[in-house]
Amino acid sequence: MATTGAPLLQVRKLCKHYPGVRALDQVDFDLRQGEVHVLFGENGAGKSTLISLLAGASQPSSGVIEFEGRPVELGSVREARALGISAVFQEFSLVPTLSVAENLLLGDEPRRHGLLRRGEIASKARELLRQLDFQLDVTRSVGSLSRAEQQMVEIAKSQRSRLAVLILDEPTASLTEQETVQLFAMVDRLRSKGVGIVYISHRMQEIRRIADRITVLRDGGHIATIDAAGTDDDRLVEMMTGRSIAQIYPTIAARPGETLLELHGVGTRSSVRDVTLQVRRGEVLGLASLAGHGKSELMRAVFGIEPVTDGKIVFKGEDVTRSKPGELLARGMFYLPPDRKNEGLMLGFNCARNITLTMLQRGLRGRGGLIQPGRVRALANSVAARVELAPRNLGRAAGLLSGGNQQKVLFGKGLAIEADLYIFDEPTVGVDVGTRSALYQLIKQLTEANAAVVIISSDLPEILNLAHRACVLRNGRMVGELCGAGLTESAVLGLFFDRPAKPLREAA
Amino acid sequence: MTTPMTVPAVAAPFRTVGERLGHFALRLFLRLGVLPFLMVGGIVVFALLSDQFLTVQNLLNLLRQSVYLVLVAMGQMLALVTGGFDLSVGTIIALTSVTSALTMSLFGPDVQPLVAMTTGCLAGIGSALLVGLVNGAGIAYIGVSPFIMTLGVQSIGFGLALFLTGGVPIRGLPAAFSDTFGFGTLFGAPIPVLIASGVAIILFVVMSRTAGGNYLLAVGGNAKAAALSGIDTRRTLLRAYLGCALLASIAGLLLTARVETGEANLGGTIALESIAACVIAGVSLRGGIGRVENVVLGAIFIGLLQNGMNLANVGSYMQMVVLGTLLIVAVVADSLRHRLGAQDGGVA
Repeated sequence: MATTGAPLLQVRKLCKHYPGVRALDQVDFDLRQGEVHVLFGENGAGKSTLISLLAGASQPSSGVIEFEGRPVELGSVREARALGISAVFQEFSLVPTLSVAENLLLGDEPRRHGLLRRGEIASKARELLRQLDFQLDVTRSVGSLSRAEQQMVEIAKSQRSRLAVLILDEPTASLTEQETVQLFAMVDRLRSKGVGIVYISHRMQEIRRIADRITVLRDGGHIATIDAAGTDDDRLVEMMTGRSIAQIYPTIAARPGETLLELHGVGTRSSVRDVTLQVRRGEVLGLASLAGHGKSELMRAVFGIEPVTDGKIVFKGEDVTRSKPGELLARGMFYLPPDRKNEGLMLGFNCARNITLTMLQRGLRGRGGLIQPGRVRALANSVAARVELAPRNLGRAAGLLSGGNQQKVLFGKGLAIEADLYIFDEPTVGVDVGTRSALYQLIKQLTEANAAVVIISSDLPEILNLAHRACVLRNGRMVGELCGAGLTESAVLGLFFDRPAKPLREAA
Repeated sequence: MTTPMTVPAVAAPFRTVGERLGHFALRLFLRLGVLPFLMVGGIVVFALLSDQFLTVQNLLNLLRQSVYLVLVAMGQMLALVTGGFDLSVGTIIALTSVTSALTMSLFGPDVQPLVAMTTGCLAGIGSALLVGLVNGAGIAYIGVSPFIMTLGVQSIGFGLALFLTGGVPIRGLPAAFSDTFGFGTLFGAPIPVLIASGVAIILFVVMSRTAGGNYLLAVGGNAKAAALSGIDTRRTLLRAYLGCALLASIAGLLLTARVETGEANLGGTIALESIAACVIAGVSLRGGIGRVENVVLGAIFIGLLQNGMNLANVGSYMQMVVLGTLLIVAVVADSLRHRLGAQDGGVA
């Protein structure tokens, strides 16, 4: 055990300025041997900037980084690695068609007379994995591994010699529950070997599961560093956002009316099995599950973009099973996709065109069926006012806007069609807290104007604070419906992991 | 993070005429791209090199020669804005020419020329649409890459056209066909120019004022987002290749009338030329961006270069060098423009 508590990495008054932006301002941070230190903060808080400085990917404008008591200059990722500091980002640098062993030694293959020595590649790769206690077959191709296993390869590859500091950037973002368990086991093993781990996450349950200490950043500044034991979630969120929970989440009046959407035993080709639920006007239904357990897949199936294998979907009293998105939009259903860049927006189109695209065949045409530019402009302007998008942004390409403004444009697309049912899939992913509360206000307005709203979210507080009712899925099946006082974090987590409701720390 | 930025020149007051002119040129460049500059540059250079260049006769001639490329480039644009391209436009021209000429020549001299011409044209357009259908179906419904699909169809169609004719030009077209669509004029303007202008106007309206035209750009801009916006992306792709085939076949008919025979070799190098015209006109090869009016100018610009270089006695080998160079310059300038535009707050 090397858990001596001596600082392995110490950072003092670190600053990073970009033209016009102070991304990191006088931040202090330290990492001890054998601890998991979580960096917590909103998007744009400076987490990514800090880890890119620690990993040598960029250089500080001022401030000192000390490694094992000595000041160091991390001029490049390579230099940082030579010291034993490596970072694993969400994007992997692996070649999926090559084997684990080939990936591990890529660029550094043992050769004789210019020819590869295959046996030695495999044995060296095995040795690397053994040092880290990773159990993987080195002959398998990387493409056939799970995300968690690929992560292990990535970690092993980043550290061919010594691993002192490991930086993990939202490592569970795309992992399933089982893979997450594998990852946590690996983190525990590395921690017990004395590796210091910097871990970025904004998932409360994860943080409580593995964090020893937590550093909260906001707007590029250091807010606090606290011990993980004995901090409650609300305080963390308040530190992260600088606002109280009540200021972020509005209270939405529940006036459940007529049933708009009914699912009867719906199954999809992906993972959803036998889901039955109803959505009513004037209420917010939350859908929660771990990643890959079907919350998004279910609603994508409803919107006609995921193949439905079983069951029946009824919208406004009519069977719409296997309808196309175009028909469903025309009937008054809107789906807001979670990935605004890939699925949501035409990044090259200006915002006005993005907002009005779905309306071109409805209401914007005049004589001779031609689109009336005046009406397009009027619609775009009125929507922009509702989503608080500055009018000058309407003429700019969507790709040039900040994430928060892009999300407003995406919401605007939904408002433009005046749907009756809004399905918001991760409605506030990657946007700052100011925009988030503005978007929540829109959800409140829609609900109180008698629309039906479904919120799919991996951000549990969003479900807990906005939804009137929540359905929880596990392995594609509905395992519970919670409402009113029964809609609590421990109840939802209990359903996630198939455990009776009690705090996760004891359960884990 | 994204604070509003302005080009420094905007904020600063302009003292000299030169600065003002420079600023104006920058705005023009950001707005319209490099094409207006190339165009003006070309006209000035050729006017200096040859005193015949800037005559009404020559300019009209230039327009008449450019008609075919203008039509095909507009068609090519439809495929490009969806994120694909059509390498088979040359084949479409060849097939149109051969089938229309064969059909017309089947009618004897006793038949009304109007009947022969109408049937011939319909046959030509029909064969072209069939090619477009094959392209579109392969790309949209089977998922073949546009490059492979249209390359394959290009070979198939060309082979069929040669097979149908045995490699020999088809004669015996009604004289009225060539007199009207090849050499005819109306109010002093060549009929092919009038036809191309009409087609350009229609296409402009389609692209800017109909949902279908916008959907082409939307599918090219982001196919997934388009599908989630309720757009039938497959049908949109199919329409793009049908539209491209239709425009190419109109060019094919006009060319057939011009050479007074049905020929399998009419298509030649027009596929690459039409892509070049589009790219010079700022059409993005990744899809989502393209304007009809710019494409028309782009095609005319290529015609202008060829015409001007011919008048200036530049040999055809050197012409190839100049064309290739300008194509690359145009693409580099376009990417520069998008980078500057991003700073300036958007070209879109």
